[in-house]
Amino acid sequence: MLNNAGTLKLTTPSDREIAMTRVFNAPRKLVFDAWTKPELLKRWMIGPPGWSFVVCEIDLRVGGAYRYVWRGPDGMEMGMGGIHREIVRPERIVCTQLFDQDWTGGEAVGTLTFLEQAGKTTAINTVLYSSKEARDGALKSGMEQGMEAGYARLDELLASMEAA
Amino acid sequence: MEPLGYRQLSPDRLDATFAALADPTRRAILARLASGEASVTELAEPFAMSQPAISKHLKVLERAGLISRGRDAQRRPRRLEAKPLAEATDWLERYRQMLERNFQRLDALLDEMKLDQRNTKRKRHGHTKP
Repeated sequence: MLNNAGTLKLTTPSDREIAMTRVFNAPRKLVFDAWTKPELLKRWMIGPPGWSFVVCEIDLRVGGAYRYVWRGPDGMEMGMGGIHREIVRPERIVCTQLFDQDWTGGEAVGTLTFLEQAGKTTAINTVLYSSKEARDGALKSGMEQGMEAGYARLDELLASMEAA
Repeated sequence: MEPLGYRQLSPDRLDATFAALADPTRRAILARLASGEASVTELAEPFAMSQPAISKHLKVLERAGLISRGRDAQRRPRRLEAKPLAEATDWLERYRQMLERNFQRLDALLDEMKLDQRNTKRKRHGHTKP
């Protein structure tokens, strides 16, 4: 907690995109590793309490696949995966992503960018959906990036409600 | 990226709320109603839209429980219902907290990795004590 370098920021750079930004108090080489090595990724990308990260396979090569599966307390499983399109260590990863339940109206493209300044790393995770409808569909179905598109709007809305 | 026990966490009502909120016109209508109730004609004014089109949006908002009709029988003013919106925001807040917990775990992991790196360097430079 003490070293929590930043809070999560969510924005909608375009009609089809959602971006998640977070600053980490470490050089990007380490952040890149923590995000791309299964044994490290499994230690943090766990989700809500009671969930576990049961499958985490990453073939970190252009054209290589990755696959993640999480299991909930009631045994329900959630899986997603895709193919790596671009890897620039330790700066950038571009990959396709598709949830097993396909909540997002087809394949989306995720771009993970790590910018380093004075030993700190800004991670920007941008997801480009196939259409505005797909992005809004993500919002509707509760996918996290999608949720946040509405979140910024809700913030505005609630601010205006408070002002009223 | 991260999982979400959506079906588990989210009742149908949230579904309806988020579906209703997924449209910019409907969000604008809610923002307008946040400053007080308004008739359909008043709501249609700022939008380049016909009254029937606006009425369609109002129906969606009404079904989601986000708005209701006021007492004045002639104007039939619509007004904002704060509760479903607050429920949706609560849910989003819990969701954000879940993501933030993930990233706090990553913060801790990175601290550990930095320490390991420093120790390795020290060993390499022969500074480690026996």
